[in-house]
Amino acid sequence: MVTYDVLIIGGGGAGLRAAIAAAEVSGALSIGVVSKVYPMRSHTVSAEGGTAAVLRDNDSLDLHARDTIFGSDFLADQDVVEAFVREAPGEVIQLEHWGCPWSRDPDGRVSVRPFGGMSVHRTLFAADKTGFHMLHTLFQTSLKYDQIQRHDEWFVTSLLVEDGRVCGVTAINLHDGQVDSLTAKAVIVCTGGAGRIFPFTTNAAIKTGDGMALAYRAGAALKDMEFVQYHPTGLPGTGILITEAARGEGGWMVNKDGYRYLQDYGLGPPTDKPTLRKMELGPRDILSRCHIQEYQKGRTFDGPYGHYVHLDLRHLGEELIDEKLPFVRELARNYVGIDPVYEPIPVRPVVHYMMGGIHTDIHGKTSLEGLYAAGEAACVSINGANRLGSNSLTELLVFGARAGRAAAQYALEAKDPTENPLAQLVSDEQRRIEQTFLKKTGGRERIATIREEMQKAMEQGAGIYRNETDMRTTCEALRRLRERFADLTLDDRSEVFNTELTTALELDCMLDVAETVARSALLRKESRGSHTRTDFPDRDDANFLQHSLAYRTPDGPRIEYLPATITRWPPEERKY
Amino acid sequence: MNEPTVTLKVTRYRPERDSAPSAQAYTIPYRQDWVVLDALNYIKDMIDGTLTYRWSCRMGVCGSCGMMVNGVPKLTCAAFLRDYYPAEITVAPLANFPVVRDLVIDITDFMQKLRSVKPWIIRETEKPVSEGEYLQTPEELEAYKQFSMCINCMLCYAACPVYGLEPTFLGPAAVALGYRYNLDSRDQGREVRQPILASHEGIWECTFVSECTVVCPKDVDPAAAIQRTKVNTTLDWFKSVLLPWGAR
Repeated sequence: MVTYDVLIIGGGGAGLRAAIAAAEVSGALSIGVVSKVYPMRSHTVSAEGGTAAVLRDNDSLDLHARDTIFGSDFLADQDVVEAFVREAPGEVIQLEHWGCPWSRDPDGRVSVRPFGGMSVHRTLFAADKTGFHMLHTLFQTSLKYDQIQRHDEWFVTSLLVEDGRVCGVTAINLHDGQVDSLTAKAVIVCTGGAGRIFPFTTNAAIKTGDGMALAYRAGAALKDMEFVQYHPTGLPGTGILITEAARGEGGWMVNKDGYRYLQDYGLGPPTDKPTLRKMELGPRDILSRCHIQEYQKGRTFDGPYGHYVHLDLRHLGEELIDEKLPFVRELARNYVGIDPVYEPIPVRPVVHYMMGGIHTDIHGKTSLEGLYAAGEAACVSINGANRLGSNSLTELLVFGARAGRAAAQYALEAKDPTENPLAQLVSDEQRRIEQTFLKKTGGRERIATIREEMQKAMEQGAGIYRNETDMRTTCEALRRLRERFADLTLDDRSEVFNTELTTALELDCMLDVAETVARSALLRKESRGSHTRTDFPDRDDANFLQHSLAYRTPDGPRIEYLPATITRWPPEERKY
Repeated sequence: MNEPTVTLKVTRYRPERDSAPSAQAYTIPYRQDWVVLDALNYIKDMIDGTLTYRWSCRMGVCGSCGMMVNGVPKLTCAAFLRDYYPAEITVAPLANFPVVRDLVIDITDFMQKLRSVKPWIIRETEKPVSEGEYLQTPEELEAYKQFSMCINCMLCYAACPVYGLEPTFLGPAAVALGYRYNLDSRDQGREVRQPILASHEGIWECTFVSECTVVCPKDVDPAAAIQRTKVNTTLDWFKSVLLPWGAR
């Protein structure tokens, strides 16, 4: 049995930042990072556009806070947002000190660029591979600390809970298939979101909501799960992300008539150069809805993967594209055979980010003793009902650090977990996996079938526009898929590196997470941010200026509510 | 049967039951916009769930999905079926690495080598975060930027004949990463990295083949990093001989 002071599940931006923060609290702390992939593969690596922070004299913490709260459609907790904007500048400069290759102005200072919903240029960037550079900087810096030990390619299957206190995990070491326990005084969940519950997503294969499901099963609440962000510009078919920065640099979105349609939806007037918070720099939820409305009017293109519009970058010129958007050019050429210097890029809204997640306080602490969470897996909430682009990379740093420090402080004072009950829990878990998957006979369902039906149900009932009937249908479909999951059969019964087993375990997690999304959506009888209902089209602050909390019961999620914290920005109408 | 198909011959190896690897053929529907990774996913989802490989981002940035495609190291998420069709396509695990199972290789050695070059900013004194960023002009950034683009996919190690023969060789990506930090205007750690980079197992094992640069999907040009490090190391040696007390 291996034991740590702090154990972090997930080795992406939030997890690595938490590990470093915990290490800096005390050199005496032992810190474990357990991840189902090597850290360089974490999905942070795919983020492109940038990381927001107040650095310039023409900016202020209040402006960043206000933009964020407004963008959240007033569901963000304002005390948390105030802490977030205050700590963001220090975090991005700390990352710069650690070697992050931020793009620079001629005078040598870090550059900032415009981004959706932001009233001031405040998004730092590293060309258009910001997440890649942040992740590699954090990973390489983490290698400095001998006290950080990693378990790469260990798949966590459950949280260990003793007397109401989370004290570690059970995990499969993929290299030999053995189930083992990693115990710890404090556990931090940094496993990211769950975009793969939908059929079209920017998200990598690994974004299956594992940590959210683990916390949910252990009794923690999943907060605001109904709020799913669609990114307006994903490539049709693959869902590969074309960064918002393409619009920040001046790209235009046009329908099949070559018309910049966003001006018809209150985001105009159109200008040649981008105007902050207008037109193509409007917030993501609104832009995604505009696309669907254009589709309903018959003004979108039609292709083998459905409707799409054009993102036109030609007027930016080859030099700017190669300097500021080189990855966009590469992706468009490779995956849709378009050179954006000469042709517009086909794009459509695709699922990108979960505003919801494990309910935490301002320090990353959950309601379970010993359990913390940070990053996309958590919901603090700074993003409320809709997230502004470039706030989530900052979120990884600010809340990764906060959770790391909080968990470290707790570990310095807490007792070690005891060994005896845990040995039994580990052997129970080994037996459960054998009986459910590896040694089971007679099942008839394939993983891919159940997964595809789940994704289709989510797209139909929990997409950009929702209504009661479709959401109910989706909730029922998910219950039936949960029953069919019990009839799963695997081809692969081996122990060494069994990725069919891990795919089944991921599907298990996705079904749990999908149910919380659908159920929370059904019960929120209003439209706010990214949650838009045709049967309840208005925002209802009287009843729903509240976060939803989904708790697990054997019959599905039970939803409770928690009021949002308002400090200095009373809710107003959200017009841009 | 009118739908076009394509055949993949994939290396299989399961240590619990196989004494040696063997090739297994799968015939699947051909799609014009599919990559080799899409084909592998189709096989695993629909035909044979035991086929095992690593993948994640499917957009060429996470570095997981490197394999030998028709004998050439490639990211399978960026290798299009249409470039091979209608011929058969062979898929094998990355060369020069121990095989864990099927298309999954053991990268422990690579991870150790990455760490050994001390890939972090090393400075004599650090300034407080409250004083802001270290200034770095766009030109200073340009000097090392290319070498910071490595996604750790290890295609370069699979292509390197020296690594194939001499597993102690530090290898292209590790040297490029050390070089990246040496060139970063904020870093002062060149001397600290020197014993690793300039060791016998470091740059001096390289014999100028340059296949690493040919296969790199991110244009890092590790061969250039190695050659320039050789030049810098040699110049350092000259200076230490001619100017033993340093330039005054």
